[in-house]
Amino acid sequence: MQAEPKHDWAECLNAISQNRDRAAFARLFRHFAPRVKSYLMKNGGSAPMAEEAMQEAMTTVWQKAHMFDSAKASAATWIFTIARNKQLDAFRKQNRPEPEDLPWNMSDSPDPAAEVAVQQEQDQLRRAIETLPAAQRTMIERAFYGELSHSEIATADALPLGTVKSRIRLALDRLRHEMTAR
Amino acid sequence: MTQNITHHIPASILAAYAAGHLNEAFSLVVACHVSLCDHCRAEMLAQEAIGGAVLEDQPEIKIAPDALEAVLARIDAAPVEPRAEQRRVADPGGVFPEPLRPYAGVSPDDMSWKRIGAGVRQKILPCKGPETVRLLHIPAGAAVPHHSHHGIELTLVLQGAFSDEVARFGPGDVEVGDADLLHQPVAEDGMDCICLAATEGSLKFKSMIPRLFQPFIRI
Repeated sequence: MQAEPKHDWAECLNAISQNRDRAAFARLFRHFAPRVKSYLMKNGGSAPMAEEAMQEAMTTVWQKAHMFDSAKASAATWIFTIARNKQLDAFRKQNRPEPEDLPWNMSDSPDPAAEVAVQQEQDQLRRAIETLPAAQRTMIERAFYGELSHSEIATADALPLGTVKSRIRLALDRLRHEMTAR
Repeated sequence: MTQNITHHIPASILAAYAAGHLNEAFSLVVACHVSLCDHCRAEMLAQEAIGGAVLEDQPEIKIAPDALEAVLARIDAAPVEPRAEQRRVADPGGVFPEPLRPYAGVSPDDMSWKRIGAGVRQKILPCKGPETVRLLHIPAGAAVPHHSHHGIELTLVLQGAFSDEVARFGPGDVEVGDADLLHQPVAEDGMDCICLAATEGSLKFKSMIPRLFQPFIRI
């Protein structure tokens, strides 16, 4: 399969949200649907269950595309949260209490610089995970497949999460400031 | 948002929550704390970014040949819902953070509390799994009987403050107790203390009297 340009996924989601763009959805689907199904199978779904849950999750991606914010998270991270909630709901029948949502982008205009920063962070994070010793990488993956209890999860100190966290803190500080100014 | 939060959710519990593998009782405490604490919200979103990387690194396994058509058909069959506006908190200054409201209603005044002794009241909230999550109402100046835990206990302060052998905990703070912690939380004077507490196992009381009542009041 041809490697697609990296920033395409956020653009695809915006095109789905704004223009109900089926061609953009098809591109996104070809990339993510097999990965979502693989993730769901590793979370305990049989192949037919994972196929069904994947199709439901990808339907949700279309329906909720307008809630994607490219200045907050990458497309892969946003789709991950939808697949994660689907495995809880479909396989574990567990309710997931969600934190209060924030009006993340109060200006309603896209922030291209933030979008680039988000994508760069995501690429750095992937590279960092790829270069981890195999045992550490496996531990990170197992946490996401539900194979570890919370007391067994070691925080991944080797990963460059500091930049992610400080960007988010800055954005949250600005947001809180705007919220109290209103 | 509550300022001055100094006691946070442990990173491993936030990671389990972000991964979608934390029980409902603990998840409720985490969701409430994250609603109040930007420090832990940033940690949670960073953990979700790891999830994004894990998803990207999945192999491209086989999917149904007509999967895309099937999903487009689902999309066409679903009614087009008006786009949900941002969820708005009806009472942003209220004691209960938004994630708690489906479990406990909007206000502690509307709840059916049960007395558990020494003026302390509790309300056990419905949730799936062997864990227990409850709201505790401790009158100003009163103490919860000395107890320890069979497993981990997460206690989030929603109103007022309490102190125990470990530290002082104010609004938004979380105390993490484990099986080694024997403590007696005492509510500060001036304001009743309301907490949300999730436990893995039941509580163990040091004195005989609460232990006698334990089977009946399900502490």
